[in-house]
Amino acid sequence: MKTPRLTELEGRSPQFFLLMGVLLVLIAVGIYSALLMHGEGHIITGMTNRIVWGTPHVFAVFLIIAASGALNVASIASVFGRSIYKPLAPLSMVLSVTILVGGLAILILDLGRPEHLLDVPVTQFFFNTKPEQWSHSVFGWNMILYTGFMAIVIVYLWMTLVKRHNKYAKPIGVFAFVWRLALTTGTGLIFGFLVARPAYDAAILAPMFIVLSFVYGLAFFILVLIPAYSWTGRELGDAMINRLKKLLGIFVASALYFVIVLHLTSSYSAANASGIEQFILFGDNPYSSTFWIGQMLIGTLIPLGLTLLPGFKSRGALIVASIFVIIGGLSQMYVTIIGGQAYPMPMFPGKEVESIINDGGIAPYSASIYEILLGVGGVAIALFLAIFAMNVLRILPESLADKDVDPHYDPAKETAAA
Amino acid sequence: MKNDNNINQYRRQFLSSVTGVAAGLTIAPGVLLNTVAHAKQADQPVSSKNRWGLLIDTSKCATGCNACVTACHKENGVSSTGRPATDAVWIRKVKLTDKVTGHVQSLPFMCQHCEKPPCVDVCPTNASMKRDDGVVLVDKHACIGCRYCMMACPYNARSFVHEPVTDQIYPRGQGTVESCTMCVHRIDDPEGPRNTACVDACNAEGHKAMWFGDLKDPSTEISQRLKQYGGEQIRADLGLNTGVRYQNLS
Repeated sequence: MKTPRLTELEGRSPQFFLLMGVLLVLIAVGIYSALLMHGEGHIITGMTNRIVWGTPHVFAVFLIIAASGALNVASIASVFGRSIYKPLAPLSMVLSVTILVGGLAILILDLGRPEHLLDVPVTQFFFNTKPEQWSHSVFGWNMILYTGFMAIVIVYLWMTLVKRHNKYAKPIGVFAFVWRLALTTGTGLIFGFLVARPAYDAAILAPMFIVLSFVYGLAFFILVLIPAYSWTGRELGDAMINRLKKLLGIFVASALYFVIVLHLTSSYSAANASGIEQFILFGDNPYSSTFWIGQMLIGTLIPLGLTLLPGFKSRGALIVASIFVIIGGLSQMYVTIIGGQAYPMPMFPGKEVESIINDGGIAPYSASIYEILLGVGGVAIALFLAIFAMNVLRILPESLADKDVDPHYDPAKETAAA
Repeated sequence: MKNDNNINQYRRQFLSSVTGVAAGLTIAPGVLLNTVAHAKQADQPVSSKNRWGLLIDTSKCATGCNACVTACHKENGVSSTGRPATDAVWIRKVKLTDKVTGHVQSLPFMCQHCEKPPCVDVCPTNASMKRDDGVVLVDKHACIGCRYCMMACPYNARSFVHEPVTDQIYPRGQGTVESCTMCVHRIDDPEGPRNTACVDACNAEGHKAMWFGDLKDPSTEISQRLKQYGGEQIRADLGLNTGVRYQNLS
């Protein structure tokens, strides 16, 4: 198999400028929404003192998980030695960084006082010689994990793209792989360590977030890869498409397994004394319908069918499956993050609880337009930076035609196997 | 910022010396308040020899009475906009109805000032902090408004400042998190620790359902009542060892 030449995109067509223009407008609108939130206060969002993390967190956590998953293709190539994915490793690295930047941008812009971030955590971690004063915060650890991830992946990309450094690509690839596992574990533990809330207090959230990252990251990767090739007239053969399709199907199935185990465990154990499982799964509320329709039907069952059943061969099916996976992922984050907060905490077992902040009831929440625009702005940042990088860096294989990807690929055999 | 801090420090020192002199001149030695024995100079650090706490006898707390809430919010300059879901609520009345017996109870509920506060553990900037004397506070200058502490608090005790704040008495800030300070300015009073505003208000109403004091000092009324009658923690299962205790809860 010959190594495909990596080149940059040309990006001079009117459609290209239109796409980048639309993304820039979305970014500007997102930042404007955040500025409004800081001027007027979070009162213009749907968030309250009960639903303290709203739609921006749904987008941010989704993107952060997806970011580490977007590195999968590179990891499969360098850590697990599957050379067929090697030409796509640089795109995978670039996407993982840009998606993370998009997610973190939302998270930072949603802070009440982002300006305080400039002077505080740095002193906690780098200029504090007393270990007993280091932060115990999973959030604090994640700041190191996120920034470290970006730095490591950028070095990984450098080692991969510059020929004379290629020999370092594998070890740093392994390091990046371990780091991204820690990163997703850390993201899962933001919720997993919250002992007070019945929806979260579960260690399984950490490995589940790792599997979710595989799913979301690959879907994002596919949705960037296919248009990048079809809109620029580069060839992307079925050999690659079919592999990505199968991989996505296997990841979705694995995520389904974790979701089933999570809900079975919560339903069966004493943790469900609070009734959280009935609320999430069978309640008369938007979270139950989002779980079944958004997360399970659109985000899981339909993509499973589209990727693993033999009848769906077109790449259109893969695109639909990937879009549905992303809708499902956002649904899952909505159910987990907002549904988990909406359900009352068990403070007084056996009592009905009434108070001015509705301690005993379901907390209402409806996202405001500013929250949604901030979230969409984060996605636009990820895409804008990715497309920009594809235009200035030589990271895309000129051709992913079957003969270039896998000389032994035989469509007839593939059909027979199916 | 540094200059401001210096000015504040000089102001505090000046005020404390003025009040100290004034107190010494006006209060005759024979009528010194009991609490002055615990008085701490403004320049002295707080000590883990104290653990400030509150005790609430739910059987004495009157349903419908809101005096503690009103007093707290007035004392600390926490005003309501009539939107309780987003207003800062440092203390609230909670009405409990037993699902089996229908027995109704009422109690004030606020930051429980845990010995092992989850809010402090999760804070990425150490803005959420616990003083050596057990008072859990938020440093408004370090708070980035991430609300992770609110996610971690088992008591819904914290509020995010959703709107611009006006008429501040003690420093507050839009975009930061806040909660009951156990009237820390009264604890740090150069003349000695005073009752919290909520306890004073409850006493003034004649209900006498709340006590404030040093849980580590066996001579205080709060310690003696706790020793005699016991006291429950809310969500004791979490092992947080709260500084706020309740009697006649179950």
